[in-house]
Parts: sequence; structure tokens; C-alpha cells
Amino acid sequence: MLNLLLFLPLLAATAIGFGSPARKTAIAASFGMLATALALLFQYDRGNPGFQFVSSVSVLPAWDLKYLLAADGLSLLLLLLTAAVTLSAVWVSPTDPVRPRLFYASLLLISAGAVGAFASQDLFFFYAFHELALIPTFLLLGIWGTGERHTAAWKITIYLAVGSFILLIGLVDLYHALPSEFRTFDMIKLQKLATQQVIPAAAQARPYLFLLVGFGILVSLFPFHTWAPDAYASAPTPAAMLHAGVLKKFGLYGLIRVAIPLLPAGAEHWAWLLLILLVGNVLYVGLVTIAQKRLDQLLGFSSVMHMGYIFLGIAAANSIGLSGACLLMFAHGLSIAALFALCGYLRSLKPGLSLDGFGGLGRTAPFLGATFGLAAFASIGLPGFGNFASEMLVFFGAFKPAAPAGSQLPFQIATGCAIWGVVISAVYMLRAYRSVFLGPVTLPPTEETKAWAAAALQRLRLPLVLLLGLLLYAGFVPGNLLAFVKPSIEAMLPR
Amino acid sequence: MPHIFAPLTLEIIVLILGVFLLLAESLAKSGDRSWMGRWGVAVLAIVFGWSFFTTGDSGSVFYSADSTALFFKRIALLSTIGILVMALEFQTVLQRFIPGDGKGSGTGEFFALPVFTCAGLMFMASAIDFLLIFVALELSTISFYILVAYMRRQNASLEAGVKYLILGALGTGFLVYGITWVFGLTGETQLARIAQALPLQLAPGGRLHGSETAILFAVGLLLVALGFKVAAAPFQLWVPDVYQGAPTPVTAFLSVGSKAAGFIVLLRVLEPFVSQPVLGPKLVGILNVLAILSLAYGSLAALPQDNLKRLLAYSSIGHAGYLLVSLASLNPAAPDFAGATRTIGFYLVGYLLMTLLAFLVLTIVSSQSRGDDIAHFNGLSKRSPFLAFAMVVAMASLAGIPLTVGFYGKFMVFSAAVAAQKFLLVGIGIVSVAAGFYFYFRVIAAMFWREPGEQSPVVVSGLSKLAVATLVAGILLLGIFPGPVLNSIKVRNEPATASLR
Repeated sequence: MLNLLLFLPLLAATAIGFGSPARKTAIAASFGMLATALALLFQYDRGNPGFQFVSSVSVLPAWDLKYLLAADGLSLLLLLLTAAVTLSAVWVSPTDPVRPRLFYASLLLISAGAVGAFASQDLFFFYAFHELALIPTFLLLGIWGTGERHTAAWKITIYLAVGSFILLIGLVDLYHALPSEFRTFDMIKLQKLATQQVIPAAAQARPYLFLLVGFGILVSLFPFHTWAPDAYASAPTPAAMLHAGVLKKFGLYGLIRVAIPLLPAGAEHWAWLLLILLVGNVLYVGLVTIAQKRLDQLLGFSSVMHMGYIFLGIAAANSIGLSGACLLMFAHGLSIAALFALCGYLRSLKPGLSLDGFGGLGRTAPFLGATFGLAAFASIGLPGFGNFASEMLVFFGAFKPAAPAGSQLPFQIATGCAIWGVVISAVYMLRAYRSVFLGPVTLPPTEETKAWAAAALQRLRLPLVLLLGLLLYAGFVPGNLLAFVKPSIEAMLPR
Repeated sequence: MPHIFAPLTLEIIVLILGVFLLLAESLAKSGDRSWMGRWGVAVLAIVFGWSFFTTGDSGSVFYSADSTALFFKRIALLSTIGILVMALEFQTVLQRFIPGDGKGSGTGEFFALPVFTCAGLMFMASAIDFLLIFVALELSTISFYILVAYMRRQNASLEAGVKYLILGALGTGFLVYGITWVFGLTGETQLARIAQALPLQLAPGGRLHGSETAILFAVGLLLVALGFKVAAAPFQLWVPDVYQGAPTPVTAFLSVGSKAAGFIVLLRVLEPFVSQPVLGPKLVGILNVLAILSLAYGSLAALPQDNLKRLLAYSSIGHAGYLLVSLASLNPAAPDFAGATRTIGFYLVGYLLMTLLAFLVLTIVSSQSRGDDIAHFNGLSKRSPFLAFAMVVAMASLAGIPLTVGFYGKFMVFSAAVAAQKFLLVGIGIVSVAAGFYFYFRVIAAMFWREPGEQSPVVVSGLSKLAVATLVAGILLLGIFPGPVLNSIKVRNEPATASLR
């Protein structure tokens, strides 16, 4: 089943390369992916927190290197996110872009990279699949982007290349830190080793720092975040949705899956650094977000800012905080994808996307107004959406972190700062909502605008219903999703 | 007892092929010479197949037929096959710059000389005595002198030829001087006997006790000569101009064949010296410096290049740096030459595939766009999606993106560096990887972002199509399943399975 989920986009991209109709193939493949992801969720045995759906092909026995697919609750949640965002991204893609084959094939390759990264339980392929997205992203930004697209494409490529290379060094260092009889790339075996704590505490600090910086660059951890807003602002809409919604979660997933369980002493050693940086994400980037004058850049910065909460959950390193972080990854991915989808549609009316160029649009396009409002509320973290439930967990987790009782104060201060982030998000999101959809009508409702608003329904209904529906589900019954995540998190934490 | 599958047969067939092609060129009537290239490809392919059936040892003290030697011979054969395919594509360009009837006369040596070079490289792979090392090196280098300056109506090619000749002769001088010093100090030219003699001579009371500096000087001279061969900084001055001026297939050959043979010789020559406790740390220190310089120079100087051949020249220096990292990560207390040989061997296979692919595409595109700047690749994705895809694969592999063979090479190199705790090397590595992404992706950007200068589709001949497809498949397959190649590098005195260093 996991193989199906991975090979659907890969095969579809290949088929498009060989001449199959681009958009139809891509939509069919992404429907197939969503169906497969849902089927996996239903088949998953929640009583067993371990890895399921294991399939393995040996690649290099001497290094214990395998192509190993398996999923636990955490992976499944992210796979569902990937499938949902992929379908939405493909759906909102232009029907006739220039060079449609390359466009849709690139999107599917990014999606396949994300699926591969979340489903591979071998460090090598976990890493390799993430890099699969590098060239498609470079092409999508450079060919179909807007504004300063070439600068943004170079920036994201170089940043991600450096981040992944530092990450690679960290993984190799981690490998060599393992006692030689335990050395393996197999993450299922590593998870078992994690519960026994085979790496001496003194040897954990250096690999953890490499991993933190490497993964951190990929997730736009402050101060390595400057690539993200530029890239998201100039990327074509579906690329921004996939990247901000899904691919960026790879770094967080990696920290949760690899760094925290295997190197808890390293995490404790560097907790002060992570706390400072994540407060930088929430407060500094939050204030920068308020200053944005354009919707696309505002959303780009806001997505960087929200990473701070997830890092807070990771810093807490306890079961509540980590579960909250996972749930927030899911919820944030959905909400930012919905917001970028709307933002992309607004761009087709006013390419500049300057916040003061709209006004009163809610009257002409009530559907867009209502859905943007919902997505914005979700993003702020209002009750009823998944973001609220997961942010609560993160804050609770971080207030009583895994760190020993004497050194919890910095965590509590950081939590206090992060809570102010909610206020900051409310300020910029509501301001954006007001200036675009409320207030006096600046754009006269011409025939053209009316047709544009009517077409929104057809273009955006399916993706927005899907994304917002999942968000509401996560907000009203977070327990159902937690039942997948929490046992898996607890299984990987050291006892 | 010599028999048909004796190891030396391979070199003999290659030499006969070279002589035959040379005679054919001088005796045949004027006219098309491309049949010579096709013959060369066919015979070398047979020799390549033959190499899997050779058995037995030569029993010679000059010539070793161990599996490492065979492995590097196959690299030499494969690169020569690739070069001949490229030379066939290159004929139209070649004829513009040589005197002749314009129908192909005078291009025959262009197919014969690479075969001689190949024989030289194959002898180098087997050489375990300084005398054979010297003779083999000269056989390949002298053929290269002619090949580099082959387009004698083009100033750049002549300039490259003169530069390569002068600096090559200088390199040879260093090599001979180094060999003389080693002989004078140890009284031996055979590497195995040197390895036996050194510990005794260096021990207290031995005749070399206290003369470590003299030995270091001798090895230093050898390192200069071999550094020249593998294009390592600070002996890289010739590289950019020669690479840019030489005919493109020759550039590819210099970059792949010369480097591969240089590294096998380097491995063999260094082993007896690095294994000595009094010399090892210092030699590893020198290698460290060479690695850092090559990485930094190769990648940073490549950043502003607009000519793809020149860019690939700097990239060749950078890759010499990556390869040297694995030597610089040797632990002097217990140097793991088996592991280093495996890393370098695998890296070179990957380097062979991706460099040949890049140069092959470059040859095809530049012979139809009349130029080898990055700008000549503008819009290639529209003119020939096939070649553009192949070039993306080549560039991704050179940049070291996973699921291509280049990534495994880089992974093994830096795994060794991390295991040896060489974090300065790792730091320089981060810079050079970042720079590499920039200059390799510039080619991708040109092919996909920009509009083509001319709209005409690029025509690819059948043989080249096959070669391109094979190279792409090789890069991707080895990028996922490195096992077959990695396990085929069996090193003496070592179990067959490869463990990660």
C-alpha cells in the first residue's frame, strides 16, 4: 500500500513525460493518492503503536542499507496531509500553463519526494527522497514564478542544499556515534535502540547540533528563514502550497523521528539555543509579518512564524509537546495550503497582491471571503480548528517539559513569549482579512469581476472543502487523530 | 605460462588496435574516417568484456594483476569508449580546424591516439614499480600532448597544447627526480620492496634513521607530479586553459582517464610511506592541505565561469579535492588503504559516468550551436528534451543529489571525513557543495528558464543516443543500487564485503 502511495505520483510523472495528458493524469493520480492514504488510515491497527505496512528490499547488505517503507501513526498523519495537499495543489493549478507536462510532472515529483521521505524508514532513503524535490522546485519557481522568481529560486536552492548537506553530516556523525555493533540506517532498529539509549550522553551534543541546524534550515528556523518568504511569495500557487504545507514539515518530522529520540542528552544540551531561536521565529518574524504590505509575503512570513510553535513542542521533548507538534504540523499544513490557494486566486485578479489594493471584496465574492475567513481563523488558532487543539497541547507540553525540574524556567518563559504570538497572528491575519474582504468596495463589481468570483467556486470548492473540512475535523475531534500519533510518539521516547 | 586469458593480453590487444588504426590512417585512401572510431569502440568493448575472464597473476615484479588493477583498467577502457563516441560526434568541428579535404582525411589519428593513451592508463593501473609507472605515465602523457593540440588551425588548441607540454614536462621532471630520490634513499624501485625495507631502514640503527625529511622531500616531489596528473590544487594552473582549449573529447579524457590513473598510482605510491609511523601524520597533513586547496579553489573559482568547458575544468579540480578528502581522512596510526581504494574507485566510476555524460551532451550541443558557453544551452529543454533531461541528470550527479551515483561518492568521502573527525575538511566541504549547487544548476537554469537562441531541434545520432541513454541509466541505477560496483572493488588481504568507514 505504501508502495502504491509512493509510486502513483512517480509513475504519473513518468507517464506525463511520455505524453499522457498532463492535468488529467495528475488529478487522477492525486485522487488515487488520497484514497490510498485514507485506506491506510483505516487499515492501521491503532492498538499496535509500532510500524505497520512494512515492505523492504535490501540495497547494500554490507551497510545494512535498505529500501524500507513502513508507517506508524505519525507517518500516516503526514501522509494524509501530503495526499490532501497534493490533490488541492493539482486541482488549483492552471488548466493550461506554458509547458504543462513539465509543470505537472514537477508537482508530482515534489509530492512523491514528500511521500518517500515520510514513509521511508531507512535514513538514507528518508534523506534521498526529500532531495528529490529540489530540482522540481527550482524549475517551478524559475519558469512559472512571479516577481523576483529567479532570485527566489536560487535562494531556496542554495539554502536547501546547504541545509541538507549539514543534515547529511549530522546523520553520518550520528551513525558514527552509535557503538559499532549497532550501526545501521534502519530507522525501525534505531527506534528500538533509542529506547535503550545506546549513545553515551557526552557524544550526543555534536550530532544533535548538526541535525538541529540542518533540519532547522530546511524548516526556516530563525535566523535561517530568509529563503522561505521570498520563495513562497514568488512560487506558483501549487508549489507554494506543497512546499509550505508539506515539504517543510520534513525537517520537523526528522527532528521528532531521529534527533529527539536518539539524542535526548544532545537535545537537552542545546535546548537553550533552540528556545532562543524559536522565540525569534515567533516574536521577531511575527513582528516582521505585521509589517508586510503584500498578501503573499504576509502568508510566507506567517508560515515561518508558525514554525516557532512546532519547534516549541519539539523543544519540550515530552509526549504531550511532541504530539501537539505533530498535530500542529498537520493543521498548519492544511491551513497554509488553503490560504495560499486563496492567495493564488486573488493574484489572478490583482497581480500585485498589495493589501490596500483590494477592499470590500467579500461583497463581490462571498465564497472567497467566507473561506478566507475560516482559513485565517484556523491559522490564528481559534477554537474549532486543528491549530487550536494542537497549540494548546504544545503550550501545555512546553510548560512542563521533559527537562529536569530545576531547568524548566527557560521553557516557561519561551512558552509565555510564544503565547503572545497568537496575539500577533490575530493582528496580521485579521488586518489582512479586513483590508481584502471588508470595508468600502474599491473594486467596482464589473461583469469581469463577477465572472471571476463565480469561477472561484468551481476552481476552489473541492480543495477548500477538503482542507477546511480536515481542519474542522482535527479541531472538533482531535482525539481521533491523537490516537494515531500519541502511542507512536510514546513508543519512540526513551523510557 | 602465458595463455590467452593472461592479464597482459588486455594491454596487448589495445596496443595492436592502436597500431592497426595508425597504419590504416597512413595506408588508406583519403575520405571518411568514422569507421575507425566505430572499430575502436567495438574492439575496446570486446576487451572490456574480456577483462572479466582474465585469470592468474603475471608473476612479474613490475606488473600487478590484482583486482584493483583490473577495476581501474575497466575504468580506462570505458572512458576511452566514451571518448571515441564523442570523437565521432566531434568530427565536423574537428575538420574545420585541421588541414585536409574536409571529408575526414587527417582525423584518423584522433581515433588512434586515445587508444594508445588507454594502453598507457591500463599499464598505470597495474604498475607496481616506479620504472613501469614512469613509462606508462609517459605513454599516456605523450599521446595527450598531440591530442590537446590536435586542432592546429585554432589558436586556443595550440595554446593549450604548449601549456600542457611545458607543464607536463615539468611534472615529468618532478616525477623522475622524486623516483631518483626514493631510489637513492632506499635502493629500491619496487613498491613492495620499499614497503619491506622502509621500517627496517627507519628503525633506530637503520640507515635512514633520522632522515625522515629526505624521504618526505622525495614523496613531496612525487606528490607534485601526481598532483599535476589528477588536477589537484596547487598544481592546477594548467587545467582551465588546457581544458578549454583542447578538443572537447580530449578534455573529457583528461578529466576522467588521467585523473583515474593518477589516483590509482597515488594510492599505490603512498601506501608504503603513509604506513610508516614517523611519516604518516606528516603526509596526511600534506594531503589535508591539498584537499582543502583543491576543494576551495575548484568550487569558488568555478562560480563566475560562463564557458561550460572551463566550468567543468574547475569542477574537475573540485572533484580531485573530494577524492583527496578520502586520502586526507586516513588514520596515520592504522591507514585503511582498502577502504580508501574502495571509496576512490567508486567515486571515480561515478565521476566517469557523469563527466562523460556532461561532455558528450556538450559535444553534441556545441557542434550544432557552434560554441560551448553556458548560453549555448539556453532553451535546450525545448530544442531537445532528451538531451536536456540527460544534462539535468549529469549536473544533479555532479552536484551530488541523492539517487544519482555522485551522491554515494560524496557520501562515502564525507563519511570517512566525519569518522576521522576532520571537521575543517567538512566545513570546506559545505562551502564547496553550496558553490557546486550554484554553478551546476546554472546549466539547468539555462536549459529550462531561458528561451532558445535558435529554434532548430538538436539532432542526435543513433550511437550517441545509445551512449547518452546508457550513461543516464548507469548514473541512476548505481545511484540506487551501488552494490555491484562497490563489491567488485576487492582489495588484497581483505574480506569481500564492504563496510562503511
